[in-house]
Amino acid sequence: MIQVSSVTKHYGDTPVLRSVNLTLPDRGVTALIGPNGAGKSTLLGIMSRLQKPDAGQVLIDDLDVHSTDNAILARKLAILRQDNPISLRLTVFDLVAFGRYPYSQGRLTDEDTDQINQALGYLNLHSLKYRFLDELSGGQRQRACIAMVLCQNTDYLLLDEPLNNLDMKHAVDIMKLLRRAADELGKHIVLVLHDINFASCYADTIVAMDQGRIAHQGTPEELMTPAIMRDLYGIEMSIQRIQNKPVGFYHL
Amino acid sequence: MSELNTSGLNAAGSPFWPRVTPGQRLVLALLFVAVAILGFMTLNVRAGWAFTLPFRAEKVAAMALVGFAIALSTVLFQTLTHNRILTPGIMGFDALYLLLQSTLLLTLGRQFYSQLNPHIKWLSEVVLMTGALCGLYYWLFLRQKRDLHVLILVGIIFGTLFRSINSLITRMMDPVDFDVLQDVMFASFNRIDSPLLGIATLLVAVISVWVWRQRYQLDVLLLGEAPAINLGLNQKRLTLQLLVAIAVLVSVSTALVGPVTFFGLLVANLAYAIAGSHQHRFILPMATLLAIATLIGGQAVLEHLLHFGTSLSIVVEFVGGLFFLWLVIQQGRR
Repeated sequence: MIQVSSVTKHYGDTPVLRSVNLTLPDRGVTALIGPNGAGKSTLLGIMSRLQKPDAGQVLIDDLDVHSTDNAILARKLAILRQDNPISLRLTVFDLVAFGRYPYSQGRLTDEDTDQINQALGYLNLHSLKYRFLDELSGGQRQRACIAMVLCQNTDYLLLDEPLNNLDMKHAVDIMKLLRRAADELGKHIVLVLHDINFASCYADTIVAMDQGRIAHQGTPEELMTPAIMRDLYGIEMSIQRIQNKPVGFYHL
Repeated sequence: MSELNTSGLNAAGSPFWPRVTPGQRLVLALLFVAVAILGFMTLNVRAGWAFTLPFRAEKVAAMALVGFAIALSTVLFQTLTHNRILTPGIMGFDALYLLLQSTLLLTLGRQFYSQLNPHIKWLSEVVLMTGALCGLYYWLFLRQKRDLHVLILVGIIFGTLFRSINSLITRMMDPVDFDVLQDVMFASFNRIDSPLLGIATLLVAVISVWVWRQRYQLDVLLLGEAPAINLGLNQKRLTLQLLVAIAVLVSVSTALVGPVTFFGLLVANLAYAIAGSHQHRFILPMATLLAIATLIGGQAVLEHLLHFGTSLSIVVEFVGGLFFLWLVIQQGRR
């Protein structure tokens, strides 16, 4: 369980998070949505210990994220940022192998190799295994990065805008894959999404943020209403049901 | 296990001879070192073997140690800063060393300066330079909580300050004094004496053992800040430890032979291109072997084939400087 209690963060004088309290369930997919500047990425950064809060604390399975030993947390939660500027010339296999570092400290055992191959198979990357990252398309590279964090074998997976810069096909592929990882591997996945329809179709819980606060939290059914969307984004949205999922139209 | 072998030893990362594994490449580099040493020891022997061999062996040991320390410190610094055109020299080490020499010369006079006990002088140089850098780290990292980039910027500014003070001092100097100073301004691999070599080797050995144990951590560090935290690396501690290790390595080599600017850059980048792997367990030995082979081989050619005397450092700096320009232009094109 992830518990965020009274987390506050300022950039200079600008408040980004204003005493955020949030409790997330044990499993499933949780989507963080909200307009630009709502504090989604900052909250995810603080939840994953990449950033320090000015005040407040984050507990993951009762471990304080900001004071527990980094090496222990690396087996508990994995984080993937929206930009992964890896300057190294790595093959896909080498990148995914880094996911085993928290367990092997660099010396791969047979079990590590098995796990790496499983992760590669899960993301359909076997044919690209020995390709270099800079020879891959954006979607393939994103898949390789997700394979790395899957390989880390953590209960929690925190992803900051994993669909950034992906075309529709690749975005759908990634979301299906994350859904599968949550259902089959029992992982708890928290991700920042911009497309509310992806959140509605694939998430179990949606957390809506606005101006550094949690504005709403609930199932897609509860959150996907014209009133809440107007409140959040300031636009009129018609919500329709397609294949029994609420889908918002705002493009016209 | 077969999967593992192909990954760790997959050499396709190198533009040169893609089928040779990193392990085989290290063996080749080792052969180069052996050839260089053999050449240096046996070419142009005039004074009889009994005298020549021990005399030259000492020089070989000195050059090997200095090359090793420079290569190691450069690769570590580049890993730390994620930048392949920086060297620890940018932190103003050479400037501090030169300032130290000119201040000593000015205050003590050239007679006394040349008579200084070399061991005490060397040790105090190492202690002072390491101490200055650690003081800087302590102040910026622990007191001010600044990041690595601020540290490097401050290092550059201090380097410029030291250089300016140094040039002021040399302007006020007696020409004869300046002549003495000019001697230490360029690195020389010929004036190292053996008791110093013993202590220096011990220091470098201790650090090397520690670095070797961190070789996988260094790979993770190179991934970048967020991935390194994600994988559970204690980045702050490793950064501080690495900075201290670099400070000691650079101080040891600078105090032994004098300032060397571009040599580390040259061998580190050669190692990246040739090693055939991104992993530090291949890069580190490759860079150090290349450094040793270049120094000893270069000295053999210059001293024993071309009879050029002691100007290896100038040649190395010239080639290294050209290489640096080429690197900058290459990066600009990308």
